[in-house]
Amino acid sequence: MDTPEIAPEQIRYAEWLRWSGWFGLALLVGAFLVYVTGVLLPHVPVDELPRVWKLASSELAALAGGHAHWEWALLLHKGDMLSLLGIAVLSGCSALPLLAVTDIYLRRGDRLFAALCLLQVAVLVLAASGLVAVGH
Amino acid sequence: MLGSSTPVLAAAEVTGAEAPAAAIAWWIWPLGLFVVCFFLGIIAVPAGVGGGVLFVPLISGFFPFHLDYVRGAGLLVALSSALAAGPSLLRIGLANLRVGLPLALIASISSMLGALLGLALPDSIVRIALGVAILGIVAVMIMAGKTELPNVPASDRWAQVLGMHGVFIDGASGQAVHWRLHRTPQGLVLFFFIGILAGMFGLGAGWANVPALNLVMGAPLKVAAGSSSFILSLVDSSAAWIYLNNGAVLPVIAAPSVVGMMLGAKIGARLLSVLKASLIRQLVIAMLLFAGGRALMVGLGLGG
Repeated sequence: MDTPEIAPEQIRYAEWLRWSGWFGLALLVGAFLVYVTGVLLPHVPVDELPRVWKLASSELAALAGGHAHWEWALLLHKGDMLSLLGIAVLSGCSALPLLAVTDIYLRRGDRLFAALCLLQVAVLVLAASGLVAVGH
Repeated sequence: MLGSSTPVLAAAEVTGAEAPAAAIAWWIWPLGLFVVCFFLGIIAVPAGVGGGVLFVPLISGFFPFHLDYVRGAGLLVALSSALAAGPSLLRIGLANLRVGLPLALIASISSMLGALLGLALPDSIVRIALGVAILGIVAVMIMAGKTELPNVPASDRWAQVLGMHGVFIDGASGQAVHWRLHRTPQGLVLFFFIGILAGMFGLGAGWANVPALNLVMGAPLKVAAGSSSFILSLVDSSAAWIYLNNGAVLPVIAAPSVVGMMLGAKIGARLLSVLKASLIRQLVIAMLLFAGGRALMVGLGLGG
């Protein structure tokens, strides 16, 4: 049987994505358990959640603060904000695998795909920066 | 900034319509969300759809959460599924970096635009658009055919430059299947619009990625499905950050959804050979029709 060879950058990307993805998921689950078990006090009291989750995100940001524009990163001692760290890691975990394979593309002289990887990282960084944001 | 002991919403009014939901213990809703997502995960796999496309219309229609948080959670549900499946698909060659990267870059940029648009538009407009989009997805699911191994006589210039070709082992026949793509410019344009829809509604976009790759660009069905998962992992990441930075992600909604859907999908994958896929697919289409119709009616102020 003809066994196709998988490109080394694809193998490296898969390995890095596997580890970063599982790390993000584990962090999300762990932080959420800390939140719901009350180990850390939440920024928004849990008994107010039924009213909070009816509000538009812009209304919640105006009333409670802490949820938008990386403000949560200053409140990681609060259970709900710590959970946002897990979500942020999950949302950013593709950046490392992209950087890891850029090196392979560059060494091979494949500047087009090295540039595509770096552009994709730049898009993720722009999205994560908070520079691109709106309200209702 | 308010302390944890201060009622955050002391001034917020609870209307008569909201009172019954508020009277239920808060934890009932995330628990219910976990259970519903678990079952959605079970049926999503045999139905051949991503969890996000079921999650957003159903949860926004039947749970008391604002649409902003449902879309944010929907993106994370789709992202988690893609991250879980992506590495193994890449390792066996069913997902392809050279196919996925250019398309993901275009769709990532447009998904950010879609997310911004979705968060800026009034809720009623987004609900109407969501209802129309869901009914459109049902039409795609019913009408779009599938070609296991599309005939691609020659690659276009773009596909040649980008190296969009490869080989994979077909598990059924054990044969190596060589493939190449064509119509790359049309594919790039399609993925721009797919990204907008994914970001605007938090739907994930496997329902659109696979037909675009398979029917338009000529990727074998298995490569289309595998590469779609890789593309989703990048597109949904970009859009998820926009939701996160706009405060549209609540852990109490996102975390149970992600965990429930992933556990359900694992069960669904094991039941794949037992469940009748065509029946499940019909059930999913019926659910989407119902949820899409409901979103449309709520958006138009006709019910809900």
